[in-house]
Amino acid sequence: MATGTTFAHRHILGMEQLSREDIAHILATADSFKEISTRSIKKVPTLRGHTIINLFFEPSTRTRLSFEVAAKRMSADTFNISPSTSSTTKGETLADTARNISAMHPDIIIIRHSCSGAPLFLTRYVEAAVINAGDGAHEHPSQGLLDLMTVKEHRGGLSGLKIAIVGDIAHSRVARSGIIGFSRMGSEVFLFGPATLIPKGIEQLGAKVCTSLEEAVRDADVVMTLRIQHERQNDPLLPSLREYSRQFGISRQVLSLAKPDALVMHPGPVNRGVELPPDIADGPQSVILDQVTNGVAVRMALLYLVMGNS
Amino acid sequence: MHTSWRIKNGRIIDPAHAVDRVGDLLIIDGRIAGAEQPVPSDIPEIDAQGLWVVPGLTDMHVHLREPGEEYKEDILSGARAAASGGFTGVACMPNTKPVNDCATVTAMIMARAAEAAVRVYPVGAISLGSEGKQLAEFGEMRAAGIVAVSDDGRPVRDSQLMRRALEYASNFSLPVISHSEEATLSTGVMNEGAASTLLGLKGIPTAAEAIMVYREIALAEFTGTRVHIAHVSTAMAVDLIRSAKARGVRVTAETAPHYFTLTDEAVIGYYTNTKMNPPLRSAADREAIRLALADGTLDAIATDHAPHSILEKELEFDAAANGIIGLETALPLSLALVRDKVIDASRLVELLAVNPASIFGLPAGSLKVGAAADVTLIDPEQQFVYSADQVVSKSRNTPFLGWTLQGRAVLTMVGGEIRHNRLT
Repeated sequence: MATGTTFAHRHILGMEQLSREDIAHILATADSFKEISTRSIKKVPTLRGHTIINLFFEPSTRTRLSFEVAAKRMSADTFNISPSTSSTTKGETLADTARNISAMHPDIIIIRHSCSGAPLFLTRYVEAAVINAGDGAHEHPSQGLLDLMTVKEHRGGLSGLKIAIVGDIAHSRVARSGIIGFSRMGSEVFLFGPATLIPKGIEQLGAKVCTSLEEAVRDADVVMTLRIQHERQNDPLLPSLREYSRQFGISRQVLSLAKPDALVMHPGPVNRGVELPPDIADGPQSVILDQVTNGVAVRMALLYLVMGNS
Repeated sequence: MHTSWRIKNGRIIDPAHAVDRVGDLLIIDGRIAGAEQPVPSDIPEIDAQGLWVVPGLTDMHVHLREPGEEYKEDILSGARAAASGGFTGVACMPNTKPVNDCATVTAMIMARAAEAAVRVYPVGAISLGSEGKQLAEFGEMRAAGIVAVSDDGRPVRDSQLMRRALEYASNFSLPVISHSEEATLSTGVMNEGAASTLLGLKGIPTAAEAIMVYREIALAEFTGTRVHIAHVSTAMAVDLIRSAKARGVRVTAETAPHYFTLTDEAVIGYYTNTKMNPPLRSAADREAIRLALADGTLDAIATDHAPHSILEKELEFDAAANGIIGLETALPLSLALVRDKVIDASRLVELLAVNPASIFGLPAGSLKVGAAADVTLIDPEQQFVYSADQVVSKSRNTPFLGWTLQGRAVLTMVGGEIRHNRLT
């Protein structure tokens, strides 16, 4: 691959564990795989004979599909398990599930779980490489990596950029992976959102918490918005989505404070008219679909690298 | 069984009598003997050179899981763990199955306790089923053997009920022990702070404890009753208790060894043996707890010994049960405070023996002549690795497995009978 360094990680649990060099290596690998998806025969034999299990305890459309597409383009055999078809509803614990899956000798397990730390927990019970496809409010490293890849493509690099992340930081695993990833690659991350959704101590991950939307967005290279859920477990986080869109949504006027060619990003699915008005979400500055395309390339790279290739 | 001993050349620490001297302690027929008492010529001797000889330790706060969850612990196994840790008495919380909310359950516990290695003092529930609705029969339970009341683990939400509990308990000289957490703020799984944000785990703010501690102080102050705050974990609660004591409110309080030893950074790695309620807090909170043990704001060290099997702990962090065992590690972890010069040896004995007995009104916690010979011998220097195969409790849920600890109980005596002996 482009960097020629080795990749030492058995599991991909979070951006937290990845060094600047690791991230650069993954992005370079992803970059070289991107072309495969544009061929008429979109398949390489690299992971032929490898078994990959998608263990999704939370509903997911795009992330699961993206991992599955990535695996199939690498010729791996993929199997999907989701809560409705698994034994967890019969009271089987995650440790039991893990031991049983491990007994079938898969090579890679991709896990999404509503409990933070579930992927790390899984590594204690299985032989396979584990890739975190989102755990609770902890991390979503493949999303963070595809965000980095998308910005790097459009900006030519990642150092010295101003990244604004706006919205529900507290419940967002995308925000945590993004904050760690962007700051590790030399960008500066600025956060803004309702105070109910800014978690205590988030600055320690390397981000600055702003006191206004304008402060966060002014001169930004990237404006990333996060999906809002206005009610969670009876926790009165917001009065209404209507008020959110007016007070914290990215209007054209707010976006005009950012650099003229600033990128607009969103991990999806977008609440159109809440986090972003439709004309911005689908407008010329939006790279939301590039994020989706790069997602496949990044996940191909991760599958490739955790199998010990470099 | 022998109940007469001459414990020779130990450092006798008896804070209730302002004693800290090297000498012999005489025990005759299970009671502490005076120097003028005739000594049998064949009295066996215990060489206590280099050891501390202290009144038996009392743990104000344990969960023995019997009746109902004997696969985690039972009264006899918990008592053996207590003896091994240097305790001669333990107060067991009522959150068993069924809850100890009536004299029948209390009597059952007392009957089992009669066979136990240490003295077992049941704590009765404040409310029936600890459901926070109707007062339990304090008088009946007192007659059957309880020493305090508490809805530990299920904080009393209803302030009126708490007020009435404090008032009614005063008729029976029963302390009310408050597990102080404001329920609507306590829906998380660890301390709310930088570590919970890093881990993406839902936090419990320190304010949740402080709000409830202040409610209890206000109620005790207004009604002139006494209240005991369990397992204090925050600097905010320490400040509230300190100022309440200064103006004469009848409040006492305990903390647990994990709160003065660990911080919420221990959770990083999602180790479920760092999950307890209240949660491990910040370094600043830990420092405040240590100072409060020294300055008298906190009266006691109690373990909150909470055995769980792997069924409750080998789970995702969110799904795991709260609590850790503590009877066998409390003394070594507390001795670290002495080595760190946070407290002296005499204060340690106050925190672990004198004050717990005094808060419950027990005839224990001193080496008074004529008192039952509940005595603990401590080797403050002995180092050991606390490994899984050494654990005496039925459960092994502790974050201190594998730690090298210094100082431990080498002999525990209840009424002059040796119940635990690590001396050769």
